[in-house]
Order: sequence, then structure tokens, then C-alpha cells
Amino acid sequence: MTTIGTTDHPKTSGATERIRIPVSGMTCAACQSHVQKALANQPGVIDASVNLMMQNASITFDPSAVTPGKLVDAIRSTGYGAKLASPDQTAFAEQEARDRAQTEEFEDLRLKAIVSGVIAVLAMVFSMPLMASNARQMTGPVSDPFMLWVMTSLTPALQKLAPWAYKIDPHVLSYTLLVVTAGVMGWAGRHFYVRAWASFRHHSADMNTLIAVGTGAAFLYSIIATAVPGFFISHGVAPDVYYEAVVFIIALILTGNAFEARAKGRTSIALRSLANMQPKSARVARDGLETDVPVELVAHGETIVVRPGERVPVDGEIISGNSAVDESMLTGESIPVKKATGDRVIGGTINGTGSFRYTATTLGSDSMLAQIVRLMRDAQGSRAPIQRLADQVSGIFVPVVISLAVVTFVAWFVAVDLSGGDAPVVRAFAAAVAVLIIACPCAMGLAVPTAVMVATGKGAELGVLIKGGEALQRAGDVTTIVLDKTGTVTEGKPAVTDLVITDGASRSKEDVLRLVASLEASSEHPLADAIVRHAKETGLTLSTATSFESITGRGAVGVVDAATVAVGNLALMNDRTVNVSSLESNAEALASSGRTPMYVAIDGVFAGIIAVADPIKGTSRDAIARMRALGLDVVMLTGDNERTARAIAKEAGIDHVVAGVLPAGKVAEVTRLQTEGRVVAMVGDGVNDAPALAQSDVGIAIGTGADVAAEAADVVLMRGDLRSAVHAIELSRRTMRTMKQNLFWAFAYNVVGIPIAAGVLYPALGILLSPILASAAMAFSSVSVVSNSLRLRKARIA
Amino acid sequence: MHATVWFVIIGGLAVIAWVNWYFFLAQRAAVTASTEVTITVKGGYDPAVIRVKAGQPVRLVFDRQETSSCSEEVVFPDFGVKKFLPAFQKTTVEITAPKPGKYGFMCGMSMLHGSLIAE
Repeated sequence: MTTIGTTDHPKTSGATERIRIPVSGMTCAACQSHVQKALANQPGVIDASVNLMMQNASITFDPSAVTPGKLVDAIRSTGYGAKLASPDQTAFAEQEARDRAQTEEFEDLRLKAIVSGVIAVLAMVFSMPLMASNARQMTGPVSDPFMLWVMTSLTPALQKLAPWAYKIDPHVLSYTLLVVTAGVMGWAGRHFYVRAWASFRHHSADMNTLIAVGTGAAFLYSIIATAVPGFFISHGVAPDVYYEAVVFIIALILTGNAFEARAKGRTSIALRSLANMQPKSARVARDGLETDVPVELVAHGETIVVRPGERVPVDGEIISGNSAVDESMLTGESIPVKKATGDRVIGGTINGTGSFRYTATTLGSDSMLAQIVRLMRDAQGSRAPIQRLADQVSGIFVPVVISLAVVTFVAWFVAVDLSGGDAPVVRAFAAAVAVLIIACPCAMGLAVPTAVMVATGKGAELGVLIKGGEALQRAGDVTTIVLDKTGTVTEGKPAVTDLVITDGASRSKEDVLRLVASLEASSEHPLADAIVRHAKETGLTLSTATSFESITGRGAVGVVDAATVAVGNLALMNDRTVNVSSLESNAEALASSGRTPMYVAIDGVFAGIIAVADPIKGTSRDAIARMRALGLDVVMLTGDNERTARAIAKEAGIDHVVAGVLPAGKVAEVTRLQTEGRVVAMVGDGVNDAPALAQSDVGIAIGTGADVAAEAADVVLMRGDLRSAVHAIELSRRTMRTMKQNLFWAFAYNVVGIPIAAGVLYPALGILLSPILASAAMAFSSVSVVSNSLRLRKARIA
Repeated sequence: MHATVWFVIIGGLAVIAWVNWYFFLAQRAAVTASTEVTITVKGGYDPAVIRVKAGQPVRLVFDRQETSSCSEEVVFPDFGVKKFLPAFQKTTVEITAPKPGKYGFMCGMSMLHGSLIAE
């Protein structure tokens, strides 16, 4: 006896709930009763039984008096482990935590960006009279070309609108700007400096370092110009300040960061919507009553009732009723799938107009949805090999940029000084700051991961689960696609295609079919099954064979309704000296079109031919045409004989066929293609073809719908439609293109932007980049990378 | 060329030399971990170099003390581990270095670096 039951507590009024909690660590009957007692002593527990063998506790309780969490605590207090079987909490909870962090980040950045943006505009306006007054004192160059342009174009207007601004004492103006700028730096820009300092202490440097050094240097320079302008004037330099530039840079970078935060949030929309598909409660039939129960309390084997339009709460098998269920969120298949008794339903899918009852089978973290969410999360977090270069560059980027900024400063200083130009420090300083500000390592870091996230999400929407960045990258490089025949190109389920009866036969087609099917009902051969199914679908009522004999390699013989029926191949007919010459040409034609003809003799007289074939899927031809349009070599592998294989291949539009291969031969064939230098994708079912899928560069499993995560494949197709394989390849190619665009843009941006900021174009074209413009470019370079990745969501793949 | 120019050139070279020394060459203090070590994540990893025993699992508890999105993930490329670190929370990563050697870890964008030295 491994189960002890108690009914220590009187039944309380109101609804009761039942829960099964897995308990770990119990080794003996004493442990069992220990846990049992602890549970029974909990108020609100009506019945508790602990099963040592099953390692669980089944508890009936009053939900108004005790919660499942309390029950878990009670078990834990005895020293044994317990936890609620719930949907993969880590995946869902992690997603939630990320979302919350992202929303908070976005809101915080948005507020800071708006406030500092307004201040930046004001600072710029009040810098104009200040610069004008400096210009009166000195005839030095205005170092910031953007400010120079703003001044020349806006000064007349400002003088007209606010002439009073020009009457303010320049000292008052500059000290006010100093205080305001310090305020913006200390509030809106605080995190840049805090993080930069924290990184610096760890001998590392990131984007914050660049911003902090750039704006910090500009701010220090301005303080000196404000405090001791005489020092600058005595050296022939206008005591220009950069307060407005500092505030502008902070405002623009914050704006860029806010956009980036929002765009990054969008890259995980697909995962979030999958996680949200899990319904919160289920209607469970218990003791003849239908009660709404939170899904985590649904126990294995319980009966669940689903009404029209509702979401199916957990995975299970239908026991009564029928309906059509919309599984598009999981499979990408837009047409609702008909479901009847015995069919599997998946938690999270939406019921159509019918209603049904079903038995809960897989729950919690084993459920299909939890598996998909987990798989997606792992995929989205994975890294594509193409990222390695970006990683290497990011690792050394910031110190290199700081070095370049110093080189810029020195070069400008020396060049201006030697050419006898004015104010070498000012020019050198502006260029160096521009170099620090324009450099953007973030775009490189975001280029690949954002594309992987969006692409895996897009794949899931299409019913194509791609297991990570590496799979995505390899799938983008595929040159040859190898298809398993049975179940991949074909339905994998033989069906009767033709029924031909001899001229002048005494029996009708239906009669022949009925007799044959009645005989074959006793057989276990897959072809026999096809005939029986066909007869039943035609609406025939089968008789019971009074005798049945299976002749291996030949067919079957028996007696049905007092007639002796023989069904089998030509050899069987020859054995029984049945003359089949009247339909010989028909048999020939059927065989060469990939069908298997079976001869029927009734009472020793040839009656006709029943042909059985594994028909190709309706979508296979189209899918194969698309594969070829993508430039892929399509190869079909099959264990069938050459003739049948050729016929199927011809119908499906495949040129290369390798027939007569055993399962081990599939691996060898994939290897052979790989040694020819091809990148091979193998499409097959995840169980039988597992070795070949593993050997191929990209294993694409046609999901059997059971265990998506366990299959030895890089890509799992959620529906049996071969076009999904095309989607997988198309999506991967598109994604690779996006990644390359992103990386190119991120590198090119820095490679072009940094020299321009340093002023390499100045000698030839007179082009100099203002630090403010540099900050605008920097802020939006990462936004543009994320936006480019988001374009994948809209990619037309169908 | 007068003295100021020379001063700027020499000063510039000195700054570059120092920056590269500081960020690339300067030794970071290593900490020896037996079974568990807490790594503070705030603009970097502290400690950033951790000595571990090869073949023995070690629990690395990442205590992320900031909201900066730069450090929100930690990646161990050699072990295929990528973990989201919620802000102001401790997240544990268990790693077993199979054989002696240096195994790097970094943030999701490869800006912050640390390493495990297995002996």
C-alpha cells in the first residue's frame, strides 16, 4: 500500500479544488505519512493523500481557506521538496522582467530626453548673444560649424524677437548656462558618468565612456573659459563655451536611446505574444460539475470542457464532441483544423464554433506551448557565428577611439599652429570631441542579436521554429536540400488510388472492394489498412472473413461471404494459376506511375486490380518548384524501388532521386553530398531520420507535434507542409542579408564617421563636423540598425 | 616648431600609451573561487578574473547593481551560456571548466569582459 488517505477535516461549504503537487525526496512510508500529516493539519485541507511511488500529493482543499502556495510551504516545512507544476515559469517570468525593465527604461529615457531637449534649445538661444559678445571682444574662429550656421541664420531673427537677450551681461549668461548644464549633466546625463566611472574602475570602457569623456571635456573647457576668460583672450582665443553643445549631445543621445529601447522591445513581440497565449484558467469537469480552475491546478487525466470561441487551456486528447481549432499561432496554418474524438488539441489554440470535452495530457513545462516558448527564448538568446567579428571589434573599440581622438587633437593642434592659424587649441578640441561623440560601438553590438530575435519570432509566426542564430546562419547558406520521400514529400499514409475490374466481371466494383476489404481487415499490412480505410470511407459495410491466411511476400487468401478471395502480387496469382493478362497493360501503367497494383481473384477467377499509393502532398509540388526557384538542388531519398521513386519524383518535380536507401544509407548520402562541397539541408521526420538530420548542415524536422524540443533538428516545422521548409530557407536568407546590412552599416558608419569628425575632409573640402551633429548621427545609428532588423517582421515570406 | 607643439605631441603620445596600457594590459586582480563566488555587475565585473579548478563546477552569482542595459546579459561563449541578469538581483550561473585554460565571459554586446582561469 503506497497511498494513505485522510479525511480529518469536515467538508467546508462552497467549492473545493483538487491539486496534485509533486513531492521530491520521499524515500519511505514514514516520509510519506510525515508529509501526509503536515498537509492534513493545514486548515482548509479536506483530503490529502500522498503517493510514495508517484512522488506526489493529491489534495482536495477549500480555496477560500488555503492557497496552493501554502500547501507547498507545508510540504517544504517537513523537509521535502515541492513545487507547483506550472507553465515554464522561468521563461514567462523572465520575459515579464525584461518587458518591465524595458518599459521603465523607455519611460525614464523619454522624460529625460524631452526635458533636456527643451533645455538644449534654450541654451542654444542664449548662447547666441553670448557668442556675439565674445566675437566683439575677439576675432577668433567659431569652433563649432553647426553653431556658426545657427548663429548666422538665426541671429537677426533673435535680435528682433528678443533684443533684451543681447543686453544681458555675458558673465551672467555664461554662469547661468554653467549651472543649467551642470544640472542637466547631473540629472539627465547622470547615468552616463556613473556607468563610465564604474567601467573605468574595472579597466573596461563602453559607449558611456565615450559620452562621458566627450561631454566632460567640453564642460571642463567651458568652465575654464567662463571662469578665466582673460587667459584665453591673452592667447588670442575667444573664450567660447560649449554648454549648449553638452546639453544638446546629452539630449540627442537620450532621444536615440529612448527610440532604441522601444525598438528593442519590439524585437521580442513574437515571444511575448506566444507567452501570453497561455490561458489563465480551464473549465474542468469534477464530480459532475464544471468549475473554473487556474491552469496550474489542472491535474493530468482530468476532463476539460471547451466551449465555442474559447482558448484550449492545456494539451490533451478529445473524448467527445468535435470542432475546428485555429492553430495558426503555433503552426502558421491559417485554416482551422478539424478535430474529433481521439484527436490531439494543443493548449493556447482557439476553438472554433463547436464544443468538446477532452482529457488533459501534458501540463506545465512539458506542454507544447511551454516547450515552444523555451525553445524560442533559447534561440533568441543564441549567438550567430557572424557576430564574432563584431565582438572582436567591440572589445577593443573604445580605447582605440579614445586614442584616435588624442591623435586628432595633436594633429589639429600641430597643423593649425604650423600653418600660423588662429586658436589651434579650440579647433583641435572641437574635432577631438566630435570623434569621441560620433563613435558608436552600440550599433555593432546590436546588428546581429536584434536580427536573430526578430527572425526567430517571425519564424514562429510562420510555424517554423529555428533553434538559434547558428542554425539561422547555416540555413541561409544551404545549396542542396535533401528530402525524405515518405511523410515528407508524400503523405506517408498509403491510400487506394485506383480500382479496375475486368470486363464482363460478375461482381460490381463496390462488391469487389467490399470482399477484399473484409479479407484485409484481418491483415496488419499497411497496404491492407489503406484498402480497409478506403472501403469504410466509401460507406461499405464489411463482413467478417471466415478464414484468413497471410502469405508472406505474396498477399492474403481467405473466405468472405462464402467466396474465396485472394489478394496480392503477380506471384500470388501465378501460384494460384489465375490468368491476369486481360488487365496487364493497366497494371503496367499503374506501376510506372508510382502505384502498387494488387491483383484480386474471387473463387479462382481474376476480378480486378486495386492500386495503392502513398500520394504526394498537395503542397509538395509547389514547394519543390519554389526550392528550385531559390536556386537549390533538390534531392529525394527513399527506400522504395527505383521505378516507384522515379514516378513520385517526376510527379513532385524532382530531378535527383536516390532510391533503395536504407536508413543508414541516408546518412551516407548526406555525407557524400557534403564532401562535394555542398551545404546540405535535410528534411525528414524527426524520429526515423534523426541520424541524417544530425549529419546534415541544417536538419529540418517535420514536426510530429509531440516533442518539438527533443528532435535532433536545427529547424522544426510545426506543420507537415513542405512549403514551411521553403519559408525556413527564405527567412534565413533574408535574415543573413539583414545581418550583413546591419554589420556593414555599423562598421561603415564608424569607419566613415570617425575620420570625418576628425576633419580629414577639411583640407580638401572645408568640411568639419560639429559635435552636436556627431551626437545626432551617433544617436540614430543604433536606432537605424534595430529598425532594419524590425523590417524582417514585415518581410513577405509565403 | 616651438615648445608648446612638442609638448602637445609628447603629451598626446603619453595619453595614448596610458589609455592602451590601462584598458588592455593592466593586470586585474584575480580571485580564487572554490565553489561559489559573487560577482558584482556595475559597469564591469568585480572581480573580473576568477581562478577556478578545472573539472569542478563553480557557481558564479552575478549581482547586477545597475539598470544600464549594457550589462543586462552575461555570455559564456565557450559554454554556450547566455543569461539575462535582472537589475538589482542575483543570478546564478553554474559553470564547469572542462580543462585548464582561460575562458572569457562578457556582456551581451561584448563591451564588458571577465575571465575564468581554470587550473
